[in-house]
Amino acid sequence: MVAVRTAITAIKNAPLLSALSITTIAFSLFAFGLFGLVALNIRNALQRVGDRVEIRAFVADSTPVEVLAIIADSVSRYPEVLKVDVVTQDQALERARQELGEFKDVFDGNFLPASIDVKLKPGARDPKTVQLVANRLRDYGIVDDVRYGEEWITQLYRLRNIAGVAGAALGLAFAAVAVIIIGATIRMAVLSRAREISIMRLVGATDGFIRRPFLIEGSIKGILGGLAALGLTYLAMRLLGQYLHFETVFFDRRLALLGVLFGALMGLMGSAVSVGRHLRQV
Amino acid sequence: MIRFDNVTKVYPRAAAGTAALHRVSFRLNKGEFVFLTGPSGAGKSTILKLLYMDERPSSGEVKVSGYSSMEARRRDVAKMRRRLGIVFQDFRLLENRTAEGNVAFALEVIGTPANKIPGRVSRALAQVGLASKATALPKELSGGEQQRVAFARALVNDPFVLIADEPTGNLDERASRGIFQLLRDINASGTAVIMATHDLQLVRSSEFRCIELNHGEIVFDSADSSTPLALGAD
Repeated sequence: MVAVRTAITAIKNAPLLSALSITTIAFSLFAFGLFGLVALNIRNALQRVGDRVEIRAFVADSTPVEVLAIIADSVSRYPEVLKVDVVTQDQALERARQELGEFKDVFDGNFLPASIDVKLKPGARDPKTVQLVANRLRDYGIVDDVRYGEEWITQLYRLRNIAGVAGAALGLAFAAVAVIIIGATIRMAVLSRAREISIMRLVGATDGFIRRPFLIEGSIKGILGGLAALGLTYLAMRLLGQYLHFETVFFDRRLALLGVLFGALMGLMGSAVSVGRHLRQV
Repeated sequence: MIRFDNVTKVYPRAAAGTAALHRVSFRLNKGEFVFLTGPSGAGKSTILKLLYMDERPSSGEVKVSGYSSMEARRRDVAKMRRRLGIVFQDFRLLENRTAEGNVAFALEVIGTPANKIPGRVSRALAQVGLASKATALPKELSGGEQQRVAFARALVNDPFVLIADEPTGNLDERASRGIFQLLRDINASGTAVIMATHDLQLVRSSEFRCIELNHGEIVFDSADSSTPLALGAD
């Protein structure tokens, strides 16, 4: 309790320095938040595209519907498979007419092959799994051809991986910068109270006792900075959404809380490093 | 109670072969009063720093009330310092705290229950003759009075030994006498005192034990007849 009071007093006694710390934390986290938001939105967009990943196994024209049903049933038991649809020749024609309305008069007769359409479960839409399932479908004698948009699935996943790695790397870099900035501002606070700390040590205060208020101070600044960054990120997203007419999603409550806690953690770490270094020196 | 056994101290950045202290041994008994004298750089402050374990010996051992310099960890040192009282030439008071605030600080930071603090602070301030100036800020006090606040802070934890590093160094003659009288009173009440000083007049005029240092070695100890050198040739 004493430590909390001391920390709050310290922040009040140096309003300018505290405001500076909180602002720098807020901007570091803001940058971090923007990247997070971009990553989140790319992820969401990819997820929507990923929902459309589908394998189509075209079968020989003479295949009886009953055989198709038996194969579909056994395919639906693959662990990767979410859903299997049998599309007869008639249905294929109907679908083509719907999808390509302007050519509907061209489509006549049963020239489109029947197919078994396979949708995969969310965790199994990566290129490797898709190919694996496609190959198994190919093994059925009645299957003439298997299509699954090989090219674009690979591209999609490459894009997603690049976005993920870039987001994580930049995010970590910004987090590191934030920790250093917090460390520097807490170091200023530590130095401005160096005399007090030396007296504390002389009269027998433990390192833990000396450290505690600074750690609390750092955490409070981290939380305040985190909240400010959250506000800034939200504002930035709204503005971008308005100008770019782009539908975006914001962090849900859990992610937002995690962000603020991350701010607190950075504040704590920055303080711990600064105070630890000072205590080792004196 | 306090023991230096063959203590040598070489500071890391000192020129090769120059030790701040060289094979120093002595004992300080319970309730004893001892002066440390000698020219600047003789090793007085080093002895005091080793005593409150701000520094550790390069070789040899310092023992203070059961704590050994060879074993004590940082936490032990903090605990040990609660049983010491330390004052310096430059007082080391917190400018934004009143006299009583400065004394209370020493109790607050070691976790003394809040309801026990005011009584002990008043007693300590009364002991140094500053009861009437409890609410004054350091800048409103004279040098002698500020040093008395530092003494009250050192005494408030009932130390078994008071360590004073040139406590009269910044004070005029009259204030110095006052502080010395205070030290005698403190000692008379049973607290041991170890005081580093340049003031040979003071040392000669008193009956207390004196250890004289030069170039990091003990050249005279009035409690030890084997070091017969006279006090300060100057």
